[in-house]
Amino acid sequence: MWRQILALLVKELLAVLRDPRSRMVLIGPPLIQLMVFGYAATFNLNHVPIAIYDQDHSLASRDLIARFTGSPTFTVKDVLDSARRVNELIDSRAVQMVLVVDPRFARDLLTHQPAPIQIILDGRNSNTALLIEGYANSIVSRFALHWAEQHGIRAPPATLDMRALYNPTLSSTWFIVPGIVALLTEVETLLVVGLSVAREREMGTFDQLLVTPLRPLDILIGKGLPGLIIGLAEASVVIAAAVFWFDVPLRGDLLALYVGLALFILAITGIGLAISSLVATQQQALLGAFLFLVPSIILSGFATPIANMPQWIQTLTLVNPMRYCLVIVRSVFLEGGGLPVIAAQLWPMALIALATLTIAGWLFRKRAT
Amino acid sequence: MPDIPEPAAAVRLENVRRMFRSGKRTITALDGITAAAAHGAVTGLIGPDGAGKTTLMRLVAGLLRVDAGRIEVLGIDVGRDPLAVQAQLGYMPQHFGLYEDLTVQENLNLYADLQGVPHADRKRRYSELLHMTGLGPFTARMAGRLSGGMKQKLGLACTLVQPPQLLLLDEPTVGVDPVSRRELWEIIGHLTREAHTTVLFSTAYLDEAERCDAVLLVHEGRLLGSGPPGTFTAEMTGRSFYATSGIGRRRLQERLAAVPGVIDAVIQGSHVRVVTAQATPPEPASLLADLPDLALIPTAPRFEDSFVARLRTRPVPPQMSSATAPVASGAQTPHADLRPRSKTDAGAVITVTHLTRRFGDFVAVDDVTFAVARGEIFGLLGANGAGKSTTFRMLCGLLPPTEGELRVSGFDLRTAAAPARGRIGYMAQKFSLYADLSVQQNLRFFSSAYHLHGAQQNVRIDWAIGEFDLANLLEASARDLPLGYKQRLALACALMHEPDILFLDEPTSGVDPLARREFWQRINALAESGVTVLVTTHFMEEAEYCDRLVIMAQGRVLTEGTPEAIKASARRTDHPDPTMEDAFIGVIEAASARAAA
Repeated sequence: MWRQILALLVKELLAVLRDPRSRMVLIGPPLIQLMVFGYAATFNLNHVPIAIYDQDHSLASRDLIARFTGSPTFTVKDVLDSARRVNELIDSRAVQMVLVVDPRFARDLLTHQPAPIQIILDGRNSNTALLIEGYANSIVSRFALHWAEQHGIRAPPATLDMRALYNPTLSSTWFIVPGIVALLTEVETLLVVGLSVAREREMGTFDQLLVTPLRPLDILIGKGLPGLIIGLAEASVVIAAAVFWFDVPLRGDLLALYVGLALFILAITGIGLAISSLVATQQQALLGAFLFLVPSIILSGFATPIANMPQWIQTLTLVNPMRYCLVIVRSVFLEGGGLPVIAAQLWPMALIALATLTIAGWLFRKRAT
Repeated sequence: MPDIPEPAAAVRLENVRRMFRSGKRTITALDGITAAAAHGAVTGLIGPDGAGKTTLMRLVAGLLRVDAGRIEVLGIDVGRDPLAVQAQLGYMPQHFGLYEDLTVQENLNLYADLQGVPHADRKRRYSELLHMTGLGPFTARMAGRLSGGMKQKLGLACTLVQPPQLLLLDEPTVGVDPVSRRELWEIIGHLTREAHTTVLFSTAYLDEAERCDAVLLVHEGRLLGSGPPGTFTAEMTGRSFYATSGIGRRRLQERLAAVPGVIDAVIQGSHVRVVTAQATPPEPASLLADLPDLALIPTAPRFEDSFVARLRTRPVPPQMSSATAPVASGAQTPHADLRPRSKTDAGAVITVTHLTRRFGDFVAVDDVTFAVARGEIFGLLGANGAGKSTTFRMLCGLLPPTEGELRVSGFDLRTAAAPARGRIGYMAQKFSLYADLSVQQNLRFFSSAYHLHGAQQNVRIDWAIGEFDLANLLEASARDLPLGYKQRLALACALMHEPDILFLDEPTSGVDPLARREFWQRINALAESGVTVLVTTHFMEEAEYCDRLVIMAQGRVLTEGTPEAIKASARRTDHPDPTMEDAFIGVIEAASARAAA
């Protein structure tokens, strides 16, 4: 039996690797996605265009504005001398924030009154607006602290002293790139496995396989194993890129990471094979794959935290293998987690893998014979 | 070759070349074709698959551009003004775009709208077309529910909604049942007679040459000959014979094929049809001295004889470009040497009883019963949609029957354990191979799938390479093989494990006559050594190679018997030598007469 499965495995790998187009699909898009996600998908804000409306023109206001000008987060696009153009600038998306300094700013500061500073934000993208507010807030509070120190005023009674564990600079890259390991592994495994049976159906070789003494289980394993091999190879490339290109620390146990990924790939292979059993053409397989991919990524915690989702959706994410894989990948990369730490993620994924492979086997047998 | 008179040419091709790129390879689809098609005549573009017929059609229609040369259609240079040409021609591609969810009438309306037929003219035109195609009673039927032949006729009607000057028909008769095929030809004849339409008609069926006014015979992108079909057969006068002898037709065919001076020997019914290189009638004794009972009866030449003669005498092109290299000497006994079989076991190997298969309320196979004995070549003959492929798939265990029973060497392959499938060889339609794998990798995979390994596997792979003459192509991807070699490789893969039973689905569809002969020579030798062969085909000619066959239409078996007996049933005093097609039509007509009564 193993001899036949080995023959199937070799055939499957050759079919994928000898065809220049499928070779491209395996190498091109993942690299592009890695670069695009690695650089573009970031929560850090840089060079936010802003406008300044300084009604005070005092030493204090210039000092405050200099802190905005000097910050890499903000780029001053315009300096206003009246409130007239504020709406126009925001409407046309020329700037995302307008900083308005009150004419009594310096006077209030010197007389120890609360000195108001207004920021006007473009609320159309609420997420960005919140981030901008946060940055502006921290600049203003640093200014206030500095002013208090210089002028011998008692500092505010309680101050926040923040230290982020695992990702001290709160770099988005550190958060996102390990996630890409899971994301690309899922996409590639699903495509390789999902399209393979459909391709054989289209070419007529599937019938040819079914009339050989190979049993459906042999064929199933012969179709699943290449997914595991290609998925692990793909994951290894992304892991290497994460460590050597994006400088994300890999602190944990590599073995734990691979155990997690292997279980994850098995779960995805089951889904790919189930899709493959249901469809007749590669086009349908592709549609089926994306029907699964999009919700599975959104409901994985890749970009948006699962904890923020409504309770019933949180429950739904429990059957999403990528949810567990993401925790494993981030834990091993950033926390330095090992097998004991990720054990809580392994068993649900093993259950999902068992379920999807069983369903795939059942569908396969049903459709094949 | 008599030239078609120059001024009357509706289509003129001057040294037309066209290349395609496929990966790193450049394929020359048309290699310098110079020819012409006369006004108001039916010009047949005849050749096997891959000859360049469709490319030529698309060039004439202005859908592709020539790489070199020039095409003139109705006096217009197609390269310069394709739109002017397209306004005057009707083109029916191989897969005509009928909308299956629209009715016959709605399809006609749609094409009338697309071609801008004035509303005032439509009623008259529709009634002409519906009358001509016999689709009048079916205007409200969905196109998807028409039979294959009716679909082709509807496609033709849609193409003719705006009467064209030039009609291009790309393989309209492939897979169509003989009755519909005959009707299609009647429509075409009517068009040229009444409307003086010029027709360019492509086909892979060589027997259709005789229905054309002129023929362009193409093969591998080159023109092998042109002229009225009579000139092709005239060259062959006095060179065709029926041979009979007591040693049996298969052995006789094998012996005759090896005689120098015999360019063709094929089994036809109980005789062997022989074509000689010279027109001097041979002395039977000089052909095969040890066969005193060998008798030769002269017979009329066919178009195919001339094609075969041309292929045999043409210089053999370099490797990879031809599928017609000589058969390796081992072909006579493919593997009798490896596993001697006894032919004494005469029990039925395949039995089918009251087999029925429904898809929803559609009955694809309707109460089919037959049995095949060991070492027999058994044919399922029928048009596309006759139910033969569904029967075939059920026999292979690929599809469950709705009712009835089937047994293949005692097993139902659907429920049988894997080893039972190990006794079956299967060659799928279109020679399904792993296109991205090399020849060697395909052989290795299929032999492994059939549980061969180690030394035994290597022996079989070496056998396949030698037997099918694949040594020079081992590293080539199956995708890049010429059609004839694909067919050889598919057969080699199906024979790796020396099966007792061989299932062949449309095994020679589209290949050239020499490749078909070579193929059947091997199958005959296999049958001689005791292998049971079940073959589906829509080629009437191919039925002649079978020991027995059933003719199927609309899911039912219309008749069963030897090719001789089936043909004899169609013999009339005014038609003493009917072809398989005549018999087929007779059987279908008799069945519909019974249904009407």
